[in-house]
Amino acid sequence: MSAASKLISMQQAVAEHVPSGSMVLLGAQLEQMIPFAAGHELIRQGRRDLTLVGPISDILFDQLIGAGCVSHVLAAWVGNVSAGVGYGLRRAVEHNIPRPVQMVDYSNFTLALGLHAGALGVPFMPTYSTLGSDLLKKNGNLREFPSPVNEEKLVAVRALRPDVAILHAQRADQFGNTHLWGNLGVAVDGARAARKVIVVAEEIVAPEVIASDPNRTLIPGFLVAAVVHEPWGAHPSPVQGYYGRDHAFFSQYHEQSRQVEDFEKWLARWVAGVADRREYLNLLGACRVESLGVRQHAFSAPANFGY
Amino acid sequence: MSTRAQPEAPARGYSLGELMVAAAAREIRDAEVVFVGMRLPLLAFLVAKRTHAPAAIGLYENGVIRETPAPELLYTMADPPNLLGATLCGQMLDVMALLQQGRVHVGFLGAAEADRFGNLNSTWGNRGGQDIRLPGSGGACDIACLAQRTVVLLEHDRNRLVERVKHVTSPGFGSGDSWRRAQGLPLRSGPSAVITTLGVLRFSNDGEAYLASVHPGVRVEDVLGNTGWTLRVADDLLETLPPSGAELAVMRELDPNRFWTNR
Repeated sequence: MSAASKLISMQQAVAEHVPSGSMVLLGAQLEQMIPFAAGHELIRQGRRDLTLVGPISDILFDQLIGAGCVSHVLAAWVGNVSAGVGYGLRRAVEHNIPRPVQMVDYSNFTLALGLHAGALGVPFMPTYSTLGSDLLKKNGNLREFPSPVNEEKLVAVRALRPDVAILHAQRADQFGNTHLWGNLGVAVDGARAARKVIVVAEEIVAPEVIASDPNRTLIPGFLVAAVVHEPWGAHPSPVQGYYGRDHAFFSQYHEQSRQVEDFEKWLARWVAGVADRREYLNLLGACRVESLGVRQHAFSAPANFGY
Repeated sequence: MSTRAQPEAPARGYSLGELMVAAAAREIRDAEVVFVGMRLPLLAFLVAKRTHAPAAIGLYENGVIRETPAPELLYTMADPPNLLGATLCGQMLDVMALLQQGRVHVGFLGAAEADRFGNLNSTWGNRGGQDIRLPGSGGACDIACLAQRTVVLLEHDRNRLVERVKHVTSPGFGSGDSWRRAQGLPLRSGPSAVITTLGVLRFSNDGEAYLASVHPGVRVEDVLGNTGWTLRVADDLLETLPPSGAELAVMRELDPNRFWTNR
């Protein structure tokens, strides 16, 4: 018996697995490995009423909100990490442009605990965080309760079960067994909590490569619905060992999203104006792509699994 | 328009941003576990590591633990230089676990507003009477609830230092006295310092902020006139120590274009 390959194109993965109305986890590794290529495909395919889930989303959430794909956001932070506010979020929340968005405010820890509860298959996880805050008052998924084992107060963080987690990774095999390294954020719990996982990988490698280092296999293939081979799919965010962060791109987006007309132009140029990631990279230009590449490789020592 | 006072010190050899980064770095004691956070503290931690606190340990909420300073300027905690040579790269819960256990000595935060009891708002701003949606908590609420000490950095004007924040993103001492305990927050936790563009505020036992030091060239009246409540002033008010040559050298080596300190 041989398993079937799950390798499909980004267009196909988004078309088959992320319908309008889905709850989607994106940006699970915080400022690393943000699945921008997948997000841009969601915009191109005209998704609506998505519920976005993520800790610190950086500018991908801002773009999806600005493009009108989103009705709800469950997140700790939506903006531009190197520049501050996200104008897309501001326009949507303050002025309903292009459509209203409801933001449910979490802290990073409580968002992680929501996914952890989902991953464990329990209805909530307890914490002291958010006690005394307005997050606790306003987020209906955070509820204070008396500890059943002592006299303390705790907050129950309701389990989150996203319909889809879209996770960018360094390498995977065609069956979805995925090697991920660097900072992990909420990716591991996100993969377990979600009903479906789409892995977007810089490289597709032979199953033997994955099996050679099972400690690095953080997403087992049987949880994965689709594997997309998309080199540079996280640009302008970094992928450890593959490319650096394009700081200038974040600053440029900040300026070019300040006014709605400029944002529309940005979207027309970088998202609607390209058919896929390859065209996006052509637009970015070979020089810029090259300048972001790894300057000095730093390989870890091999681990011996022999016996 | 705000009537923000700009310290005039044409002769000084450092920027206000550099002064604030140095002041932040000094809140870190050697061998402490530090929850670093975003923006200016990214640089402050590196300065502390390379000057007076070489054994400090940095935790980053993306899941990174570092005992050596990153070799390059960081714009975000997940920049590749912050992962290369890290002590540990793991999950967010790995570092949040240490925070909730009370093993983090000091955490750094920014905010749009801070009030007289050190409560912070980074969710809703206001400009010209209109509400502005800000990015939100990130890890700020977690750090404010759970770190042993919290240090805040922000611009000093009446719109930022207010009597009462309009949204408690990150709880400080609430309404003072035993408020934190009544909420169920850990006994050993709460705001320790607010480093502004004019001075440094600290907190009395009743949870209320007082002016502990003014930056060189700043008058006490400038601070009081730019604070949204009647700010107490320490009997032994100090002048904030300017950045040392060693601190400036680290900042300028790591951040030659003064991305974080050009103000």
